[in-house]
Amino acid sequence: MSVVTNTTTIGAIEAPSRRNTELALLAFAVVIPVFAYLNVGLAIDGKVPAGMAGYGLGLALLAGVAHLVVRKWAPYSDPLLLPLATLLNGMGLVLIWRLDQSPRLIAKSINDFGSFSPDAPKQMMYSAIGIAMFVGVLLLLKDHRVLQRYTYISMVVALVLLLLPLVPGLGSPVFGAKIWINIAGFSIQPGEFAKIVLAVFFSGYLMVKRDALALASRRFMGLYLPRGRDLGPILTIWAVSLLILIFENDLGTSLLFFGMFVIMLYVATERTSWIVMGLLMSIAGAVGVASFAGHVQARVDAWADPFACADTVNACDQMTQVLMSFGSGGILGTGLGQGNSDLIGFAANSDFIFATVGEELGLTGVMVFLLLYGLIVERGVRTALAARDPFGKLLAMGLSGAFALQIFVVAGGVMGLIPLTGMTMPFLAYGGSSVIANWALVGILIRISDTARRPAPAPAPSPDAEMTQVVRP
Amino acid sequence: MSELTLTVMRLGFLAVLWLFVIVAVQVIRSDLFGTRVTQRGSRRQEARPQQQQARQAAAPPQQRGQQSAGGGRQRRGAPTKLVVSEGTLTGTTVALQGQTITLGRAHDSTIVLDDDYASSRHARIYPDRDGQWIVEDLGSTNGTYLDRTRLTTATPIPLGAPIRIGKTVIELRK
Repeated sequence: MSVVTNTTTIGAIEAPSRRNTELALLAFAVVIPVFAYLNVGLAIDGKVPAGMAGYGLGLALLAGVAHLVVRKWAPYSDPLLLPLATLLNGMGLVLIWRLDQSPRLIAKSINDFGSFSPDAPKQMMYSAIGIAMFVGVLLLLKDHRVLQRYTYISMVVALVLLLLPLVPGLGSPVFGAKIWINIAGFSIQPGEFAKIVLAVFFSGYLMVKRDALALASRRFMGLYLPRGRDLGPILTIWAVSLLILIFENDLGTSLLFFGMFVIMLYVATERTSWIVMGLLMSIAGAVGVASFAGHVQARVDAWADPFACADTVNACDQMTQVLMSFGSGGILGTGLGQGNSDLIGFAANSDFIFATVGEELGLTGVMVFLLLYGLIVERGVRTALAARDPFGKLLAMGLSGAFALQIFVVAGGVMGLIPLTGMTMPFLAYGGSSVIANWALVGILIRISDTARRPAPAPAPSPDAEMTQVVRP
Repeated sequence: MSELTLTVMRLGFLAVLWLFVIVAVQVIRSDLFGTRVTQRGSRRQEARPQQQQARQAAAPPQQRGQQSAGGGRQRRGAPTKLVVSEGTLTGTTVALQGQTITLGRAHDSTIVLDDDYASSRHARIYPDRDGQWIVEDLGSTNGTYLDRTRLTTATPIPLGAPIRIGKTVIELRK
């Protein structure tokens, strides 16, 4: 019916589901950590590690379950998100296991707490709970637009989650920052979950209010300045994030929440002035608080010149060890299991795990990890672009923005670009809340991308289509 | 373990990591959705949805003859995507695959308009038998405009002509 010519054309075809691509990548993403595990074992003990089959099968089982659930309940979703998250989680497990083998850390733990228990099995359990959370999100959340109904409930839940660590008896200050709560022997970091809930609130709120925030404005020096009364929301969020900074001593959490709001505000209104204002407000807030809060001040000192106070302040000493780790890694690294990043001591496998990557895999490995995170963010933003409903767009953008911001804050802090904050590298670092919350985040992104990429439904048979009079010009 | 083995493993591991990133980027490259470069001809025919083929088969033979006569020209000028060019959804594209596209504030619309001037079920865009795309107003409150004229009946859409619904403007492009 068509004339065969030699011209090529960019034609539209049905988007394939690409589940087999995902399966192949997933297999690859399970093999890499097993290789790394073997590498660590050979480097430390000179023999194949005993637990290799266990970890490999465990990771493969988790990835397999997640894949089957995606295949059944989100068949058109993005093929890259799951393999990327699995690879990062698997590499995190290997790095944590590698630090468990360090005689220095074992000795330090016995010295400080009287006993040593390896963290890798616990992280494996948290990963399993994380995958369960991921499966739960996909099973229970059939359509992300349902979340739109819970806009203001989300706001209340997020505020409660953020304020929980301040409740006496429940919150426990760990290493200066009060971002933990203790329930039944488990330490939970509610801020990680608040991140997702807040994204839901911001999307629902901005979807309704964005016209007022975008259109009513005056133009001044090339920027659209919003009216005074429209500044309410951004001032409120700013105040809340400053309160977190002052009372919970946590720069990371407050930066993350304020940053996420500014990103979403910009995406919703397309007004650059919000970004400019957000940057100014966060700089003013951070400088203001740093001038009188002792804990923040100490972090800034450790950032500005860690070598000056390395012998007296623990935070400075850690920072010098971290910088030394990155430095001795060089371009190609010392090889897995052959570095000395365990000298960092406390939190070597959580806040500072990126230093182990930097030392043992070098700049080449650090770049890979940053690219893997970047790809997750890119898929999230792509999902936001493809989503057809404004709520899904904003939610996908907010979640991937928060994810990106968290990477920046942690990696920047560890590398000495910005003062160190108490946040963890998603999927890589040891910590149950972080792994579970980030699997839930990936689950929501996969749900949105499934809706966005699902081919449009077949044309509905309309009974009057034949009868319509068509007027040709 | 000998030094050599460990060095080979170290470099091999970095190579494997990079290989994963490269494969992932390749997946993205071939995964830019909605579009694929195809040779014009029979392969494209296969890719079309079954529904449309069935509909063409049902068309009277006379008309089919006409279509194949002018098929080359028709195909070249036929729009392949619908683009939102103004309004809050600017930049959204929907691939035209012979399906009916509904526009409106209702959540199950193909394009959900977040526009104060749009009705729940505002308009629909569908292909007629010849593959000509038609826009029809579904009794909206504020009307659908093709160029400057308010639609009263189902009207064929010229390529690139702006269809205006409230603050949203959409057009068909090749």
